[in-house]
Amino acid sequence: MKLNMLVASLCWTSALAFAAHAETITIATVNNGDMIRMQKLADDFKAKNPDIDLQWVTLEENVLRERVTTDIATKGGQYDVMTIGTYEVPIWAKQQWLLPLDNLGADYDTADIIPAIAGGLSADGKLYAAPFYGESSFVMYRKDLMEKAGLTMPEAPTWEFIGEAARKMTDRANDINGVCLRGKAGWGENMAFLTAMSNSFGARWFDENWQPQFDQPEWKNTLDTYVKLMNDAGPQGASSNGFNENLALFQQGKCGMWIDATVAASFVSDPKNSTVADKVGYALAPDNGLGKRGNWLWAWSLGIPAGTQKAEAAQKFVSWATGKPYLELVASKEGWANVPPGTRSSLYANPEYQKAAPFAKMTLDSINSADPTKPTVKPVPYVGVQFVAIPEFQGLGTTVGQLFSAALAGQMPVDDALAQAQQVSVREMTRAGYIK
Amino acid sequence: MATRQTRTLARFMMAPSVILLFIWMIVPLAMTLWFSFQNYNLLNPGNVSFAGLFNYKFFLTDPAFLQSIWNTLAIVIGVLVITVVGGVALAMLLDQPMFGQGIVRILVISPFFVMPPVAALVWKNMIMHPGYGVLADISKSVGLKPIDWFAHYPLISIVIIVAWQWLPFATLILLTALQSLDEEQKEAAEMDGANFANRFWYLTLPHLARAITVVILIQTIFLLGVYAEILVTTNGGPGYATTNLAFLIYRTALLGYDVGGASAGGVIAVILANIVAIFLMRAVGKNLDK
Amino acid sequence: MARAVSTRRKIGFTIAAWAVALMIFFPILYTIITSLKTEPEAIAGFSLIPSGTLESYFAVQSQNDYFKPFINSVIISVGSTLIALVIAIPSAWSMAFSPTKRTKDVLMWMLSTKMMPAVGVLVPMYLIFRDTGLLDTRLGLTIVLTLINLPIVVWMLYTYFREIPGEILEAARMDGASLFNEIVHVLTPMAVPGIASTLLLNIILAWNESFWSIRLSAANAAPLTAFIASFSSPQGLFWAKLSAASTLAIAPILIMGWFSQRQLVRGLTFGAVK
Repeated sequence: MKLNMLVASLCWTSALAFAAHAETITIATVNNGDMIRMQKLADDFKAKNPDIDLQWVTLEENVLRERVTTDIATKGGQYDVMTIGTYEVPIWAKQQWLLPLDNLGADYDTADIIPAIAGGLSADGKLYAAPFYGESSFVMYRKDLMEKAGLTMPEAPTWEFIGEAARKMTDRANDINGVCLRGKAGWGENMAFLTAMSNSFGARWFDENWQPQFDQPEWKNTLDTYVKLMNDAGPQGASSNGFNENLALFQQGKCGMWIDATVAASFVSDPKNSTVADKVGYALAPDNGLGKRGNWLWAWSLGIPAGTQKAEAAQKFVSWATGKPYLELVASKEGWANVPPGTRSSLYANPEYQKAAPFAKMTLDSINSADPTKPTVKPVPYVGVQFVAIPEFQGLGTTVGQLFSAALAGQMPVDDALAQAQQVSVREMTRAGYIK
Repeated sequence: MATRQTRTLARFMMAPSVILLFIWMIVPLAMTLWFSFQNYNLLNPGNVSFAGLFNYKFFLTDPAFLQSIWNTLAIVIGVLVITVVGGVALAMLLDQPMFGQGIVRILVISPFFVMPPVAALVWKNMIMHPGYGVLADISKSVGLKPIDWFAHYPLISIVIIVAWQWLPFATLILLTALQSLDEEQKEAAEMDGANFANRFWYLTLPHLARAITVVILIQTIFLLGVYAEILVTTNGGPGYATTNLAFLIYRTALLGYDVGGASAGGVIAVILANIVAIFLMRAVGKNLDK
Repeated sequence: MARAVSTRRKIGFTIAAWAVALMIFFPILYTIITSLKTEPEAIAGFSLIPSGTLESYFAVQSQNDYFKPFINSVIISVGSTLIALVIAIPSAWSMAFSPTKRTKDVLMWMLSTKMMPAVGVLVPMYLIFRDTGLLDTRLGLTIVLTLINLPIVVWMLYTYFREIPGEILEAARMDGASLFNEIVHVLTPMAVPGIASTLLLNIILAWNESFWSIRLSAANAAPLTAFIASFSSPQGLFWAKLSAASTLAIAPILIMGWFSQRQLVRGLTFGAVK
């Protein structure tokens, strides 16, 4: 009897597995709010393209990245459209794993894409992924607490001002921390913030010969400032806080300032979820007068793997999801405030959008002030603001992030953390063949 | 005892599992061995070359390697101690007559049903976070300063989370074993006036020996590979405080996409795990013969 | 035989057991409570009283249909467990009742096949799955989970079978019972509690296996582990939604556990057979 059941279940399994439709494209995407909204609005795409069915694979960021990277590198062919970031695009384009997007339709208006974003998604002048939403980072602060501290936030603050304000705003008795910053180890966690911060201190990951630079005074200055600031004015548990933990703290009114992704503005200013919605102000990420600000640049984008059999349908979908009509569709269904930000210049010229999103101008200014092709004060051989677009970076960035989080947790002096970071970087880069 | 015929038959009956597991073991192992001698980064597939023993050397000299061995052992031993001691105690408690026994049992077993990443997220954010976790609320309400678990006790925090997940497994196996203990034997011992400690030491514990052995062996296998909880909570930090061997391999394989290095790490992990297993068999294996 | 249990003692045990059980269950209880809160309530601080809204469940369902991954999880976990049992029962039987000098080594070796860290063999496995066309199929995942859990199944069954007194089998053999009869009529009834608990534990292990089940599936075969991965750690705080998704993923197995634990208690009568 058991055997019967077994055979039956096996037949059922395989029968279902092979019953796939011919014109179905599979889209791998990350589980952020804007992408979830896109799934809900996909009926519009089906109405316009009745011969194309959509199938979604939605995963959290880290798992998604593993999943699509394994698939594209082994030519697994599971997906026709992949959601990828500005980190992947230059690396994958170099391997010719992505189809150049040259067939997005006559009215797509590629020139409308914000130049800084387009630059991060292109190689040799060809666009390899279409941005779905873009973000930079900036300062979010509590206007009321700033006033109480007797200070006024300039539109473009310096690190010195941030340090002073954070210390003045801190009120441990009432559980208010002057500044909340990322501390959890990881290349996309604390290292995204610290790498961007280090750019404004004149530091860089590598010199033109790929020599790691953690033994240079600029990095020491960066990490010193960060650790001291967090010790004096940061929250408890900082060394394991990421984006979401800091968001929770800020929304509960426990942070005076928070420097993080511009997309956070739509969360903290939403009165439904945030207790401080009407008290939030925005400013550009701080600098040190060296010509670079401590903000990053990221764009979740849609790319098409080179091996797909359904390139045409996939391009149609990418064009729909990242084109201008989609922005209007979202606006008409859910209001302008919910339109995916940071991809098109025309959006920021739209007075209705400016009215609905008070942080619009600051977001655009932040994006424009980041240049992934020239991220640092001194010259570097790599592309990327808060990352280095080489395959080795995720692993190396995470290791260095671990060391820096130990410095933050007080388990290791700053000098030791930097010395060890230098050592592991030299080791890793030598192995990968960058250092001859 | 057994005739030759039954013995042949016994071999025949074992064959399917042995053959299947052999294939399951040998194919990935062979491929892993092969890759471990290659310079092969998944993101740079045009550049594959023979690496000799370099991948092994590179993995063994990783600054985090020695600490990761220690962390791996600490997690395994810490969780084993908590789950075996706690499991025996819980199994004995659940074996007693009480009201709502069925509900209590299902409550105790339930952590095992929670997927590791979710368990870690719940513990990190809802329970242990020093800013807004339940434990912080409790310590604030009695006037204490909340503990910053993942900064000051990172490894202990991981052990707690993992032990919470595995305690039900130990409890369930031990409870099933406990229930096969002869009721009459128990009563006889009680009649003889043996006190609780004596009954536990001379009757219950020996009876549970084999089940405890199985719990230790099976859990060890799983615990050597713990990494999802670490990934969600600390990413191996601060420093290398929560980097275990599995996380180190994860970092090499799925962050660095260094297939060669990760394969070498995998082979090293298998060798080390086998050493642990041999050691374990020496220590507790005789319980299986009884 | 029955020993009179004083009510007082019973109440004592009841209180102790409930206290411990609730402590262990608390993180899950809190997850369920949180799933019944609104998002702002969920991050507002500690509270055991939810507003009782079901909006998170509707939000979860509208974002990602629960039914398909649920069916996948059932097929994969039950399928792999049954196959593993079919393969493992004869092995465990022969190891328990016709042990040879090498039995223990074979057992140990079986367990050692699980020692290869999964992350280290992902790429080789992915290549094998790609070439055999098993990527993103329920069949593929069922095979993997069968093999992953087979050693555990053999081990557990072996342990339980060893509990069965050999004399009974000897007696059956003397009576001229065939091997088949021996297994079906003598061994199996006695082994039911052991098999049941193996079945239960293995279904749970398969249900929760969240490495291969996510990495080797895409749109068609994705089970509940992938469903959960579509709700955990998004950008933004969606505790209530994640809690609702987790509750939905845990609920079926919790209910199954609730029914099968009666089966496990049958072990109580086991001693009396002896």
